[in-house]
Amino acid sequence: MIKIIISFLSFTFLLGQSDDMTVQDIIKAMDDNLNAKSRILTSRMIVHGRRSSRTIESRNWVVGIDQAFTEYLSPPREAGTKMLKLGDKLWTYSPQTDRVIQISGHMLRQSVMGSDMSYNDMMEDRPMEELYQATLEGSVMIDGRDHWIMFLEAKVKGLSYPKRRAWIDKEYLLPMKEELYAKSGKLLKTSTMEGIKKVQGRWFPSRFIFKDELKRNSKGTEWVIDDIKFDVDIPASRFSKSKLRK
Amino acid sequence: MIKFLTKGILRDRSRSFFPVLVVTLTVAMIVFFQGFLIGIMNSMFLDSAVVSTGHVKVMIRAYKEESQQLPNDLAILETDQMVDKLSQKYPDHFWTPRITFGGLLDVPDENGETKAQGPVYALGIDFLSPNSRQIEIWKLERRLVDGRLPENMNEVLLSTKLAERLGIAPEDTVTFIGSTMHNAFTTHNFTVVGTFKLNLGPVDRQMMLVDISGARLALDMEDAASEILGFNESLLYEDIAEVALRQNFKSHGDSIKQYLRDTQSYETLSQMNRWEDMIEDEKMALSKQRSQGLADNDMYGTNNEWGEDAVEDPGIFSPVMLALRDANQMGTMVDFSNAAMAIMLVIFLAIVMIVLWNMGLMSGLRRYGEIGMRLAIGESKGQVYRSMIVESVIIGCIGTLFGTVLGIGLTYYMQEVGIDYSEAMESLGSTEIIMSNVFYAQVTPELYYIGFIPGVLATVLGTMMAGRAIYKREMAQLFKELET
Repeated sequence: MIKIIISFLSFTFLLGQSDDMTVQDIIKAMDDNLNAKSRILTSRMIVHGRRSSRTIESRNWVVGIDQAFTEYLSPPREAGTKMLKLGDKLWTYSPQTDRVIQISGHMLRQSVMGSDMSYNDMMEDRPMEELYQATLEGSVMIDGRDHWIMFLEAKVKGLSYPKRRAWIDKEYLLPMKEELYAKSGKLLKTSTMEGIKKVQGRWFPSRFIFKDELKRNSKGTEWVIDDIKFDVDIPASRFSKSKLRK
Repeated sequence: MIKFLTKGILRDRSRSFFPVLVVTLTVAMIVFFQGFLIGIMNSMFLDSAVVSTGHVKVMIRAYKEESQQLPNDLAILETDQMVDKLSQKYPDHFWTPRITFGGLLDVPDENGETKAQGPVYALGIDFLSPNSRQIEIWKLERRLVDGRLPENMNEVLLSTKLAERLGIAPEDTVTFIGSTMHNAFTTHNFTVVGTFKLNLGPVDRQMMLVDISGARLALDMEDAASEILGFNESLLYEDIAEVALRQNFKSHGDSIKQYLRDTQSYETLSQMNRWEDMIEDEKMALSKQRSQGLADNDMYGTNNEWGEDAVEDPGIFSPVMLALRDANQMGTMVDFSNAAMAIMLVIFLAIVMIVLWNMGLMSGLRRYGEIGMRLAIGESKGQVYRSMIVESVIIGCIGTLFGTVLGIGLTYYMQEVGIDYSEAMESLGSTEIIMSNVFYAQVTPELYYIGFIPGVLATVLGTMMAGRAIYKREMAQLFKELET
């Protein structure tokens, strides 16, 4: 009898080891997948407007959660525009005006290049573990894959999305779908990710889709990662304000 | 007989002086008030038309729905082509594209760092086209306080209030921070070449004027415009004509709406099986049926309820025309203006009629003997009554003539001098009605004849009421009265 019980427990452990993870383990695993010491990526943002779509190409350098530098490569009008994030400050440089302007206050809520993402969305990339208190609501099968449904509630003040619900793939440990809510419970944005690939030992999506649910008839924004490298040495000079003008 | 009666009126001054005086004063008041009201209304309509509404304006239907948010992502595209078409179809109007946008104005110091920053409400106006009348209708040469008018696309004018608040002087460079028509963040440098004061209350508090080519460059709006404004060549707003124009354009807008719906239906149906096997006529018929079906079932009207399955009505990208009366509370103002003038005329008519009726009665009493004598020597009652009416027409005409001259003189004076209400208008803080700070009267052609209606009509009606007493005189009694 004891042998049978031990065999059964061993079998369930092997089959569903992720089910044994605690909520904290899951969040940490997600953070480990999505965040890195540093990363350099080239991406395309395809903004689906009501009348037409635009593709904006950019290259990003990111170190930890405090330093990020973005240079837009195309279309021609945006080429040469640069953005620098240092801590909670954000500057932008446009070659047309040759001016560095700090984006703050209500401007942080504006969309980035007309997309469904705001500057705040870009700024808030601290680990979820630090920001949210999570509770598991259950499991669900989506497209034949097992997912946890997790509800996250802010434990710090001033976040753009005080509540969020995530559908986390049990194998990839990534939030494949998220609903982002205001404090009142109003749905503000949704995001999904696709094309999960193993990159340098971690699961990472190659395509995100963001949708601003407050925009009437929004068709969403695709963010396609064309190339990404994690844990690359990036010189500190990359994140200086003088780099914006170069 | 007219000559005879005129002589009588002139020689017997007690018979004519007061009636003429009453008519003169009344007509002068009517002419003056009419001129003053017309002046205020016309100036308000023109100011409103110039700053925001045009006498009519064309925009995209979806832009109209969200116009409070200045949604330039829903701007009119291929504007030049549309302006040409409008000019051909409605040649008695001139048409001009306009971009309305908002953002921040950032003033740099000598190191390029922000020295001052404030919100700006900007208008991209076609100042620089060869045949543009925008400088003229904006009266910019008169309203310019400092500097000069823009000569190229990157030059702007700021309202004095905005310039003072941000500490900007002509020849300073400012950076506009805002969103392109694709809602992307944008910054653009402009050179301030002058400051202006519109004297239209709080409207110009945060206003920047720029040539439309500069606005297009800053907002990535090549050949696009928020609206196309149409102005009657005479610059006078004629409500009935403009509303008729709007109705005429509606059929054009509806045909584009139907075309857009059919095109979307065609594209959707092209996904279905056997589409390629169908002949072109069948395809067209099907797409029309589909778009009509969706419209009939109100799928376009209730697409919010359909969530993910919603079919957005492509018809929202069709153009629509609004008349000045459709903007804000302008319709009420137009109706108020028409009603106020009509009511004023009726009230004056009634008052003057009562006064002259009373005067006729008194005159009748005074001329009791004269009328009795005329009846006694054989004039019929009808003849006497008619002669009194002709006499009142002559008195009415003389009074109206004097009253019109006096009224027009007063109106002309107020047209040149005006009444300054600056402080009261500024204290309004914010209002959607654009109104001049200085109220001017306006001498219009109708003032030359408007006084004749109440002036003559009231005199005649008053006399007719009073003259009824003639028919009450008994011939038998008459001789008895004459004997005494």
